[in-house]
Amino acid sequence: MISMNPILEIEGLSLAAKSKKQLVTNVSLSVGAGESLGIVGESGSGKSLTLRSILGLLPRGVEQVSGVIKCDGRAAMIFQDPRGALDPLCPVVRQLAEVVYYRQNVSRRASRTIALELLEMLGLPDSLKHTDRYPSQLSGGQCQRIVIAIALACKPGILLCDEPTTALDVTVQQQIIETITRLQSELGFAIVFVTHNLAIAAAMCSKLCVMKEGKIVERGDSLSLLQNPQDPYTQMLINAVLPLPEFERSAGV
Amino acid sequence: MKTALRIENLSVHYGKFTALDNVSLELQQHTTLGLVGESGSGKSTLARVIAGLITPDEGQVVLGSQTLGKKRSREQHKMIQMIFQNPDSSLNPKHTIRQILAEALLFHKIVERSGVDKRCKELLARVHIDERSLDRYPHEFSGGQRQRIAIARALSVEPSILIADEPTSALDVSVQLSVLELFNHLKSELNLTLLFISHDLGVINAISDTVAVMRHGKVLEINPKEQFFTHPETSYSRELLAAVTRMPTSNIEGGIS
Repeated sequence: MISMNPILEIEGLSLAAKSKKQLVTNVSLSVGAGESLGIVGESGSGKSLTLRSILGLLPRGVEQVSGVIKCDGRAAMIFQDPRGALDPLCPVVRQLAEVVYYRQNVSRRASRTIALELLEMLGLPDSLKHTDRYPSQLSGGQCQRIVIAIALACKPGILLCDEPTTALDVTVQQQIIETITRLQSELGFAIVFVTHNLAIAAAMCSKLCVMKEGKIVERGDSLSLLQNPQDPYTQMLINAVLPLPEFERSAGV
Repeated sequence: MKTALRIENLSVHYGKFTALDNVSLELQQHTTLGLVGESGSGKSTLARVIAGLITPDEGQVVLGSQTLGKKRSREQHKMIQMIFQNPDSSLNPKHTIRQILAEALLFHKIVERSGVDKRCKELLARVHIDERSLDRYPHEFSGGQRQRIAIARALSVEPSILIADEPTSALDVSVQLSVLELFNHLKSELNLTLLFISHDLGVINAISDTVAVMRHGKVLEINPKEQFFTHPETSYSRELLAAVTRMPTSNIEGGIS
């Protein structure tokens, strides 16, 4: 998967625990500007570690033993648990404005204006503009929108998503996916999307990597990879997607 | 068909919040009722009321012909068993599998002490776990195996109703599939009456005979599975079904056959 002018390039990345246990082995990938790449795999496959290593956010006790990570432009990350990613003791608009202030080097007043624009862009309630609220006073989906707004406040060239919809209800999940997709087409950032949900990965990303036990076992264009999987593990993941019958959408809507 | 469990006008309030709002529901014998809804819809509260872990403010739970009161007898507790989302916290980490299974068997006087070992092995065989595992501890098993052990424990006392509250949500997709297959297998083998709670419509489709949809503490729709998935009755059900991200092509077959 060689992209024309890549914004992110990982070559031969290996990660290991202090106990010398190999966690990620020789992972290489590249993402072009504005492109979206999905990394799918089950727990323990090393997909989140690979993503975190891009920002240097490895958990304590995990080290990069080899490999090169080249990232042109800023990277920002959104996490699985939006409440855990926010400061519970700081109202959300103030958190957002704070990031704008430091990242965009603007005045306090301007940072607040930009923060309010971001709120609007993410479809957050207007009431936040005059009454700021704490994360605990917002729903999970609203918190995730704040986290996305904070990520966008960094003006990222690449957005790293670590299972951002897994902790959310299906209807909210769909809204967040639509929001991320819309913002990507408006702002043109690249995406690396880590998930265990093949259907979501395929809907979000044009290219997929399948990871198992720290290695990439298969990669390719989303559609062809799903239609014609070469690796038995990919096939197994596809088989594990539970089918739903089509329903009559018309009735009474 | 006989009604195994009837719930009449249940209401539960947590302070000012209404978790269950006048819920009525019937569970037919030897069938699986899939209960679906988003977080905060009251699914788990309903399960806990049925299992006797929460006392409702109003309404009653009728099991077979007897009304279950505030204080349940040991026998009444035995009749309704529950499986939880996270097997890590429902299995005692300091007990071996033998102790975990034997405790339930002896407490409810299912077998004599001398017959415990034999029964434990049968139970493990039923959930496809090697019978030599009896002396091992929960942490030595994978998440899926631990959930199987929790299932074996719930089945050990031969309950008339089994409640499974998001039993596969903490598991990897492939493991989820095998646990669902086990449920389907046990359903036909033991004629289980099952209340299966999940927020995942794919899981509900794989396991249920009847589907009930909950929202804001109310049951909005109860219909046979086929009808619910092809001709949903309420706009909320349609909204739920539409929100599921599907695989991009229709010619990919997957799931339980």
